[in-house]
Amino acid sequence: MTENEINTGAKKSAVKDQNIKTILYLFALGLAVYRLTMLKSCCISHYDSLSTWITYTFLKLPELTLFSLSVELFIYDVQKLLLLLFLVVFAVGIVRSFFTPERTRKFLAGKHEFTGNIFAALIGVVTPFCSCSAVPLFIGFVTTGVPLGVTFSFLISAPMVNEIALVLLYGMFGWKVAVLYLGTGLLIAIIAGWTIGRMKMEKHVEEWVYAAQMGDADDLVQDLTWSDRMQFGMDAVKDIMGKVWIYVVIGIAIGASIHSYAPDNALAAIMGKDAWWSVPFAVIIGIPMYSNPAGIVPIVEALLSKGAALGTVLAFMMSVIALSLPEMVILRKVLKPRLIATFVSVVGMGIILIGYIFNSLNLSQIIK
Amino acid sequence: MKITVYGPGCAKCKQAEELVKRVVAETGINAEVVKVSDIREIIAAGIMSTPAVAVDGTMKVKGRVPTTDEVKKWITG
Repeated sequence: MTENEINTGAKKSAVKDQNIKTILYLFALGLAVYRLTMLKSCCISHYDSLSTWITYTFLKLPELTLFSLSVELFIYDVQKLLLLLFLVVFAVGIVRSFFTPERTRKFLAGKHEFTGNIFAALIGVVTPFCSCSAVPLFIGFVTTGVPLGVTFSFLISAPMVNEIALVLLYGMFGWKVAVLYLGTGLLIAIIAGWTIGRMKMEKHVEEWVYAAQMGDADDLVQDLTWSDRMQFGMDAVKDIMGKVWIYVVIGIAIGASIHSYAPDNALAAIMGKDAWWSVPFAVIIGIPMYSNPAGIVPIVEALLSKGAALGTVLAFMMSVIALSLPEMVILRKVLKPRLIATFVSVVGMGIILIGYIFNSLNLSQIIK
Repeated sequence: MKITVYGPGCAKCKQAEELVKRVVAETGINAEVVKVSDIREIIAAGIMSTPAVAVDGTMKVKGRVPTTDEVKKWITG
């Protein structure tokens, strides 16, 4: 064999490997979807046959006690949430392979203020973003014609509206709470970004930023095949699920005990609906803290179980995810203190407002 | 051959640097690995999401840690 032939042979087997991988991924996806639909169409007396089997046949727990029902609900919820998380993280990973920061920037450059804020908030949800890239991204945006306020809408929505938090809220509290989180998160990003844009704060960006020469930031020429994109999705699953599964399981364990045992009111006096100052207090505590969304959702659940009001707790969660001390330190490189202060207070105020709105709604009607 | 890893110092940037160094050592190819963490230099290279890796001035990957296979392919041609 000549060297050429060996090369084509290697290429062929690489393509074959890729095809096998793609088929395996599709198969795993199909299984997950199938299992989820099974979990949906059950629950008359028992949650599903597997949860029932594990609880009563495998673990041999006595029937119809509060504890066995909690265990059954726990196994059911763990299956449902991990499957849902798998599908969502995989899907978001694939969607993200279409949205590079370069493309997003090109799309947002020169957009009008208000529509620009809306698009930026929406795209912020699906563009791959890590807070350590906040500085180059910020400079890349503002030096190439994306208005400052629109850039902020993106920077607020990217961490705050998080797909993992969305799935966990859906799984633990039902779709209404999840939709409210998504909607209000986007709203804060749009309005806070727009407000900052209106305030004409460009002079509070460090001078060197506008002087910075952004290099040729074209997208890399990458012809991604569908199997590449699926590989991205799977990498996201490995990366994210590996980190968060334990939080999910703990969160569900707490949740299962709330469903079975009545919540006590230990926190009602300080974090309940009637304590008007609890919302701003929760936000102020939450701002410097940093946690990933998966870590915070179980805390949310634990607080709720002790009688804290939903609005207060969600406000706390949003301020922890959206604003943090490490992020401020990173942004200080490009923003002067006044703009950072404005950013924190505008977003903080938006979150406080959302907290009050949630608290004024009837909790028992929203939570499943 | 010169391999440049761009990143201001986040966990993934360190991961990328270590991976590149390991692959270079494993393949035994004579290549210099340079880490760029100055934000201005990163911007000047046209990078908006880190980590990024360039080989002899050509940008190979942006915004994620490359895989071992990718790095091998770049440096062995």
